[in-house]
Amino acid sequence: MAKKTGGSFLKEAGRGPALDAKSPFAVSGLTVAYDRKPVLWNAGFAAPEGELTAIVGPNGAGKSTFLKASLGLIPKLSGEVAVFGRPIDEARGDIAYVPQRSSVDWDFPATALDVVTMGLYRRIGWLRWPGRRDKERAREMLALVGMEAFADRQIGQLSGGQQQRVFLARALAQDAKVYLMDEPFAGVDAATERAIVDVLKKLLAEGKTVLVVHHDLETVPVYFSHVLFLNGGTVASGPVTETFTAENLQKTYGGRLAATQLAALHEAAGMKT
Amino acid sequence: MTFLESFLGALTLNAGYNTAVVSIGAALLGAASGAVGAFVLLRKRSLVSDAMSHATLPGVVIGFLAGVWLLGDGRSLPLLLAGAALTAGIGMISVDWIKANTRLTEDTAIGTVLSTFFALGMVLLTVLQSLATAGQAGLSGFLLGSTSGMLSSEAMTIAIAAGVVALIVLALFKEFALLCFDEDFAGSTGLGVRRLDIALLTLLLAVVVIGLKTVGLVLVIALTIIPPVAARFWTERVSRFVPISAAIGAAGSYAGACLSASAPDLPTGALIVLILFALFVISMLVSPVRGLLSALLRHRRFQKIVHLRQGLLAVAHDEPILEPITRKLLIRRGYVSGDMRPTEAGWSAARRIDRDQALWNLWREEYPDEAHALADWSLKPIDEVLSPDMVADLETRLAPHDAARAAGGAA
Repeated sequence: MAKKTGGSFLKEAGRGPALDAKSPFAVSGLTVAYDRKPVLWNAGFAAPEGELTAIVGPNGAGKSTFLKASLGLIPKLSGEVAVFGRPIDEARGDIAYVPQRSSVDWDFPATALDVVTMGLYRRIGWLRWPGRRDKERAREMLALVGMEAFADRQIGQLSGGQQQRVFLARALAQDAKVYLMDEPFAGVDAATERAIVDVLKKLLAEGKTVLVVHHDLETVPVYFSHVLFLNGGTVASGPVTETFTAENLQKTYGGRLAATQLAALHEAAGMKT
Repeated sequence: MTFLESFLGALTLNAGYNTAVVSIGAALLGAASGAVGAFVLLRKRSLVSDAMSHATLPGVVIGFLAGVWLLGDGRSLPLLLAGAALTAGIGMISVDWIKANTRLTEDTAIGTVLSTFFALGMVLLTVLQSLATAGQAGLSGFLLGSTSGMLSSEAMTIAIAAGVVALIVLALFKEFALLCFDEDFAGSTGLGVRRLDIALLTLLLAVVVIGLKTVGLVLVIALTIIPPVAARFWTERVSRFVPISAAIGAAGSYAGACLSASAPDLPTGALIVLILFALFVISMLVSPVRGLLSALLRHRRFQKIVHLRQGLLAVAHDEPILEPITRKLLIRRGYVSGDMRPTEAGWSAARRIDRDQALWNLWREEYPDEAHALADWSLKPIDEVLSPDMVADLETRLAPHDAARAAGGAA
């Protein structure tokens, strides 16, 4: 994290990425505090188009906050967000967000199909009801995550992994250009992990830009091409091959990452130091 | 005319024009509050209506005084309701402000606002009564609700306002559903979460205010809470939940208003709440979806299936059957004789179940995820649950297993 000398620096630091009109999702100078306790200071990142980026960092590093504040779901003290160079509020249709599974009450009276259909609400528009074609499209999205057989099941009766797949299908239904996912791999079974990876590959093949908050460091080099290290702010970011280094891991996780873990990661990734 | 005759007359709209209009107005009010209450329940803010309803009291008194001052008569319903809406709105904003700007939770904010506004209302009411203005006796009707002596023009006002509220709920149906299920996702799609929340609370405010005259401010909260809670037993779909809640609200309010027409001494609001409660108890007990009786029956049936199946598997493998329930079930079905010796039917059923279980076990090994999610696996015959090609596939795969088992037995 860069040293701050005042507001002017904040602004200056924030200007670079925001002017990056090419990036599908550029955040600059993002500062968020919960009740005077700072969570993110001057975080910035310009997502490379058509790439899979992992957002990693220790617990409380502000990974979820980074996504939520960027999307305007929680108030930010400062910062700009641009989607292909446009303000985010003019580009909501380009963005699909997958919240953490634990953020909703799964006893809600809805079926898997109902939830996926919610991904189409924006396009359906005000004062109109989802039609037969919308339902069909939602069903196709469920099939993409291997959940077509569970379309009419109440969501509370699905396993955690299946609920995650429903969330993913809802995001797919949005047919966005930028996908922001908050811990989709957290606590899911092996089959769901494979299904999520398949979806990520499919999105990549379609040229979509994907940011995933991810907690499993070992799979970062396997699943992702780019990485953003966060800890109270941007520590480092770039292609995995150049950026996913022992030095950056140490800077992000500090003493929390044992030497043995680093060594294991080394082996897993053939990492450069 | 007996009480029953007059009640039935009211129910069938044959008790005169005025009673009919009042009852229909009450039904529309019940429908609107059931629909709004359904979303408020899903948003987990049901108690906000309690703060609102108690915060109407000072407004009602102010409305009365304004009526005396402007029109020479305090009993103008529009003025009373406008006053009620004003102070209830201030109460709602206070709750929201306390929740947003302090560390207090919403329930403590509700408690504070509710009691303060009600206290203020009681002081104003007492002052008003000491002034000895004409017509103030009608104000007590706002505490417990009364449809006796309600003018048809007043009932019409209530009906129209309730109808407008119901239409707005219908127009915002899917946005409200999205807000209540997943506010973060809603916000990410650009839906104004805060504005939608205000819209929902404003609709709640509207039903509380227009429900005052009929149900009374102490009990109006029941109109927004009991119908959705009862409706929740009947469905797992929000697209049905809200209409069912509206229907329960309408039915309870209509029946209560009719009852009140036949027994004008009883408080209308209390009658409506008691009928709604009866509907709630019926829903809780008999609903086939989430009701208690159906859950009990489901459990019993499930237990029977498990015991019968395990008993027959024991027969197939020539194992002893110890559990009394299992023994009783097998004997009753004629699968074993009184001394627990399998009958011909028992043998053939046991072989069938054994085969079925072997197929299910194989299927579970091959498709663990699906077995995890499929509720009925190994409880129903496999060809009733899985597709025929899948069963055929399993049968062929089971053959080598059988051969191996036969070989093992020979050795």
